[in-house]
Amino acid sequence: MTHSYHHWRNAKNAAMQILTLACALAVVTPLALIFFHLLKSGIGALNLEFFTHLPSPVGEVGGGMANAIVGSCELLLLAACLGVPVGVLGGIFLSEYGGSKLNWWIRFVADILNGVPSIIWGIFVYALIVIPAKGFSALAGGVVLGLMIIPLIMRTTEEVLRLVPNGYREAALALGIAQWRVIMQIIVPTALKGIVTGILLALARVAGETAPLLFTAFGNRFWNHHLTDPIAALPLQIFTYAISPYEDWHRQAWAGALVLLLMISMLSVSVRLLTRDRFADGK
Amino acid sequence: MKRFVAPPSKSDQKPESPAPPQSAFSVNNLSVLFSEHAVLKNVSIDIRANSVTAIIGPSGCGKSTFLRALNRMHELSPTARMQGSIILFGQDIYSPKIEPVIVRRRVGMVFQKSNPFPTMSIADNVTVGLRLNGMRDRSTINGRMEESLKMSALWDEVKDRLSAPAVSLSGGQQQRLCIARALAVRPEVLLMDEPASALDPLATAKIEDLIIELKKQFTIVIVTHNMQQAARISDHTAFFYLGELIEYDKTEKIFTNPSKKQTEDYVTGRFG
Repeated sequence: MTHSYHHWRNAKNAAMQILTLACALAVVTPLALIFFHLLKSGIGALNLEFFTHLPSPVGEVGGGMANAIVGSCELLLLAACLGVPVGVLGGIFLSEYGGSKLNWWIRFVADILNGVPSIIWGIFVYALIVIPAKGFSALAGGVVLGLMIIPLIMRTTEEVLRLVPNGYREAALALGIAQWRVIMQIIVPTALKGIVTGILLALARVAGETAPLLFTAFGNRFWNHHLTDPIAALPLQIFTYAISPYEDWHRQAWAGALVLLLMISMLSVSVRLLTRDRFADGK
Repeated sequence: MKRFVAPPSKSDQKPESPAPPQSAFSVNNLSVLFSEHAVLKNVSIDIRANSVTAIIGPSGCGKSTFLRALNRMHELSPTARMQGSIILFGQDIYSPKIEPVIVRRRVGMVFQKSNPFPTMSIADNVTVGLRLNGMRDRSTINGRMEESLKMSALWDEVKDRLSAPAVSLSGGQQQRLCIARALAVRPEVLLMDEPASALDPLATAKIEDLIIELKKQFTIVIVTHNMQQAARISDHTAFFYLGELIEYDKTEKIFTNPSKKQTEDYVTGRFG
């Protein structure tokens, strides 16, 4: 091997490293830019009033997005009530029961559903719930978000359960424990952190959905008192304010966007904390 | 909800006069097929109660398959089919009237790789077979736990840290924990699939001493690829080759004066 060949090899190595580093940075850059821009534009309107007051009448300065923040949390809770049990149990079925043919079809459909545009989900629930009930409602909003997270949670639950080594199933069954107990009291608890991670990630994904809520939750200027009434949500409020002609509302929209991004980031950070704990315990 | 079913009770005091050798398992023409490929062919064998029976043979000869047929573990594989019959202390374990769950409580199993449940403490691991089968009485559960840990020679090492996570134990301790876990449900038979193959010689020696001690109360069937181990601890040895039972006899005879040439070739190391 000649000297110059070594140099050439080293140069190629270095070039590859720089290229991959540049691409990794390119991924992080948009997020950093968004965060920075939101901080700059929105931090001015972030005050106590923003978090505690309802929107003020059109044209009046002031008011806040308290109902939208609470509304978003409420919708996520409703979505979780529908999506978590169905998704987790569906994932358990795919992993622990079911024949390979049936499972293939279920996964196929779930993957297609994952790709359905969110606005179509909104129109679907509009026809399903809003029209028969003759009104927009928090329930409809919770249902549409819940339906959206079911295929997500089902797939992540299945993946995580498959990672549990088969040795545990065999050891438990060899003790004469019934299969459903083995699954619910031994296998699922072993995979619990992964399942919760999947749930939090799915919630983080739908927290920012606007289009489906346009057709279901609709938005509300006031507090929501019944699940059958329309409800405010952060993405909806941001949308309404952003397309309005009022300067004050624009500033509040930026603040709302910042709060939304912070909420989603908090969900993702808690996911990272959860998974990091597992490695820190160590064997 | 299923209530915990205790196996037919054995009297605590063994009669002084030696009881006639009882057959724990009576296997007749057992064949096991996976997707129509026969892994075990027409195996017939009588496993003695209260003794250690070693199953030896080269890799792929069907030892583990035979072992897993004894506690109906093959039902977990969708492609497995079984022919023939297995009688456990006079009862056909594959009869449609018996559920696999009941069989598995009478026939316990310890695996090659120790697998204590990672989310549970040492105490919970030992008692999981009791609790998840419906036993509620705290004092019985705790009593069984202490007994089982003493039976598997682990009690002294863990009695001060019963609520520590089971995965914090060493490899040899984990395997003894798995043995205690299997013993806690008071099976009649303990199946062991190469239980010491992943352990260092010191831990292996402890497990072997354990097995010799346990055979007074249980029937033990152990699969091992370590012929010296089989010679050390077993009373009877069965030699399998390519899915067939070649020879089954007292351990001493198998290793010093086997009847079949294949057996002799294997135990003297000419192949395998």
